[in-house]
Amino acid sequence: MTELGFDPAAPLTASGNLRRRRAFSRIAELGATAAAFFAVGVLAIVIYSVAARGAGALSFEFLVTGAPTGIAPALVGTGLIVGVATAIAMPLGVLTALFLTEFAGERMIRLSKLTLDLINGLPSIIIGLFVFGLLVDHHKQSGFAGSVALAIIMLPLVARGTQEVLLLVPGNLREGADALGVSRWRTVLTVILPSALGGILTATVLAVARAAGETAPLILVSSVFDGKEVLFKMSEAMPNVPVRIFQLSEEGNPEGIAQAWGMSLVLITIILLASVGARAMHARSRRKMSS
Amino acid sequence: MSAPISTTGPPQVAGRARPGERRKQFDRAADGLLFGVCALAALLGVVLMLVIAYQVVHGAAPAISAFGLGFLFETTWQPNFGVFGAGSMLLGTIVSSFVALAIGAPIAISIGLYLSLLAPAGVRGMIGPLVEMLAAIPSVILGFWGILILAPFVQGTLEPWLHDTLGFIPIFGAPETTGASVFTASLILTIMIVPIIASISRDLFLAVPRDVQDGASALGATRWEVIRGVVLPSTSSGVVAASLLGLGRALGEAIAVTQVIGAGAAINASLFKTGDTLASRIASQFPGAITEMHKASLFYLGVILLVIGLISNLAAQWIGRRFDYRRMATK
Repeated sequence: MTELGFDPAAPLTASGNLRRRRAFSRIAELGATAAAFFAVGVLAIVIYSVAARGAGALSFEFLVTGAPTGIAPALVGTGLIVGVATAIAMPLGVLTALFLTEFAGERMIRLSKLTLDLINGLPSIIIGLFVFGLLVDHHKQSGFAGSVALAIIMLPLVARGTQEVLLLVPGNLREGADALGVSRWRTVLTVILPSALGGILTATVLAVARAAGETAPLILVSSVFDGKEVLFKMSEAMPNVPVRIFQLSEEGNPEGIAQAWGMSLVLITIILLASVGARAMHARSRRKMSS
Repeated sequence: MSAPISTTGPPQVAGRARPGERRKQFDRAADGLLFGVCALAALLGVVLMLVIAYQVVHGAAPAISAFGLGFLFETTWQPNFGVFGAGSMLLGTIVSSFVALAIGAPIAISIGLYLSLLAPAGVRGMIGPLVEMLAAIPSVILGFWGILILAPFVQGTLEPWLHDTLGFIPIFGAPETTGASVFTASLILTIMIVPIIASISRDLFLAVPRDVQDGASALGATRWEVIRGVVLPSTSSGVVAASLLGLGRALGEAIAVTQVIGAGAAINASLFKTGDTLASRIASQFPGAITEMHKASLFYLGVILLVIGLISNLAAQWIGRRFDYRRMATK
């Protein structure tokens, strides 16, 4: 019996080393769980503080009048700047993605992806400096310059997002069109783009959500404005929400701070709704594609 | 799921071209046009990157020729006297970003582990999007929140506590009277980079083959040992790449840092003093810069930032690509 080296009659419970290993594993799991809930907690705290402090400033008048009582000029300005930026970035991004999936060779794909990723990784203040040098220096600040800066930020997001969905378009759709003798451009316009439309819109909305809150480039190219009335001229510096929040937070007078909380609430609501909506759309179109 | 995509165009249909010669010509022209427009758009992206680099260097040219490389080590920045140097900002950028990475990377990787391996399916579907939502909060709002809510807490509670318990280390000096400090900036940057690193590393962990993990479990490994022995080693380069991407984001953040770092000029050992970073100096001084040299010097800061940013991004790409190869080899 002794040559077994252990007591076969002993109960099968963890002891010594194994118990230590299990306990350590448990602690590690708890740590990871805590980290996840901590991040969600931070999100909750940020959103709660913005909502609690911003709600007081919010009113119909706040949304539709000019300074000093309201933020309509900044809202309209942000809408216009982002709108024009989308009008620039979306076609360019979709065309780039089409080129990458439909036409380009291996080497061009790699080069183009690399540059898109590099542009995406550029600090937004660098893009601000670039647009300042290109359009503002020796001229003047303008809403249009702001649009160009935001378009550069949006371009890689739209292009990479679109490319991803274009790759999901089933190959047999393409082959079917080819087999019918349909020319390439007709296939692209009538088969490929329509079936990827949901994904393209998702990518665009996500890019809009990102661009709407960008402040750094706009500080350099569209920040000198008085914000009293609603402007529709893209050739002038346009009031906009992010820059206004930044200016008010730097000035630090109590009324301005209250207004900045209100603007933050409006901006954060728009952005979070857009990104939640885009994600829901994304999930739906993915399901449709893969079924 | 998707078949390989042909890149050579539709097969040429021989003979029996019913639709007529004109339509065929039209199709050919339209095909060419589509190709041309797409190629132009793609090329524009490539050219854009070069033009951005050129423009920033061009704007900095007067400062580059006036100060040379010594600009990097010169620590005085006095626009009124025409003396400019990036030394203190360069240091501030590196310190604030690395502190953010040191706090953020472990948290983010833990979140990635939780979301990919530990969380029950229902919880995963809820917490994942919430963590990503953190990345959607605009930096200006995060900075505004930082200076009004986070900074008082940091100055009143966190910094005194750290100073009392770890004060013998010089980086935990005595707290200042306001909460604006390099440390507060690092915390804000941490909040920004955690969702980025977390979502990339979650995807990496999800890609680790299930059977390898089950094999380790079958050999008696605990969950932590599976993570430590199988999951982390096989994804390590990807995780490093994700951290580098997060670092790149932290290095270049301008607005939120400007709001909470306090724009200090001096170099301090303590994290609890004010400081400044390259990006935040550009954001705070550019609108008010009057002299050409002041502007050019701010552009010079931009050049440094551009170089650091490109290096960290390229490094992330390179390491990430190596990971791809390794994963392909194991398949």
